[in-house]
Amino acid sequence: MEEGCSCIYSRMASRFSIGLLMILAIVLLMVRVLYVIYRCGKPLPKGVSQSFTTLIVLGSGGHTAEMLSLLSVLRKDRFTPRFYIAAATDNMSLQKARSFEDSVAEKPAVKEASSQFMQIYRSREVGQSYVTSVWTTIVAIVHALWLMIRIRPQVILCNGPGTCIPLCVIAFVFKVLGIRWSSIFYVESVARVKKLSLSGVLLYKLRIADQFFVQWPQLQNKYPRAHYVGCLM
Amino acid sequence: MEDRENAKRVVFVTVGTTSFDALVKAVVSEDVKDELQKRGFTHLLIQMGRGIFFPNKCDGADGSLVVDYFTFSSSIADYIRSASLVISHAGSGSIFETLKLGKPLIVVVNEDLMDNHQCELAEALEERKHLYYTHPHTLHQTLTKMELESLVQYTPGDGTPVARIIDRFLGFPDD
Repeated sequence: MEEGCSCIYSRMASRFSIGLLMILAIVLLMVRVLYVIYRCGKPLPKGVSQSFTTLIVLGSGGHTAEMLSLLSVLRKDRFTPRFYIAAATDNMSLQKARSFEDSVAEKPAVKEASSQFMQIYRSREVGQSYVTSVWTTIVAIVHALWLMIRIRPQVILCNGPGTCIPLCVIAFVFKVLGIRWSSIFYVESVARVKKLSLSGVLLYKLRIADQFFVQWPQLQNKYPRAHYVGCLM
Repeated sequence: MEDRENAKRVVFVTVGTTSFDALVKAVVSEDVKDELQKRGFTHLLIQMGRGIFFPNKCDGADGSLVVDYFTFSSSIADYIRSASLVISHAGSGSIFETLKLGKPLIVVVNEDLMDNHQCELAEALEERKHLYYTHPHTLHQTLTKMELESLVQYTPGDGTPVARIIDRFLGFPDD
């Protein structure tokens, strides 16, 4: 009889301690997430690094042109090695990025780290049914995870295409788990004057972007944590 | 021969990689062609993209507007350069390419596109008097009322303010 009672008690105790451990883990995770969000907006210490592994997310429409316009005024030695990612169905963007890299390459390549160009599966194509989109989104997230594990960027530059969302969310998770700290810079497209794009809204509201830039003053009024930087084009 | 070349004033119409039959149809309508000729334009060149409406070519032998078209080109910069007026869809790429080359621009918004955030950009630039902004069915009206000399030249922007903030954030010294 006594043995039965102690069995019950020890089972209850172990369930209780498992429960307690889980709650503790969740609380620790939440604290860590809040800490990451708090640290996100803070500049890095001066001189912490001479160069940063950089991920550049390209997109169809005007996105790639705007991104290259920004890259042309960044000091290349500070943002290297550079990884370019475009959606698998976007034919022009990687080509434009390659031309850009060729044009800024220093003669005879003291091949420091050369740039790399990659494609990522899209979560959803324009007009795709939402049912099949569930599967393609899962595939896209797994693919994004694979790319991020390989690249582990310290800086991410993006300006709107939906492809940047899985990548930025994974980067945030890497920050929380201590896998890699990255600084995410989001520049909303020049075509967004009064309303942010969906990517912009997500990265702004969830505080995933470390620094958020808008090109029209109307947007800065609505989103005060954004920097108004005028038109890039 | 030289005189004819000097007198050549081209209107270049571009729809980028989209399909925008409404614009192509509007541009080759009699009203619009008449107005363009009245304004001294001699040639109408249409880049029609993925559209399925093929306009009639015209060699202008009878003194009418010369009309020609093509679907795509790897770069339209040269066409913009040799034009005296550009009529474009509302894509930011075409808009800024034209403004940077300093050409007068009329932007026509495609009402068939869902989520037309493109018109925000055209509206904002029109407010700053860098271009005219219209719809396919009001293109003719815009042409009759426009004063191209009153357009303000667009000064290209650049990413330097962004670069400065990024550099400072990452702990780099100010250059």
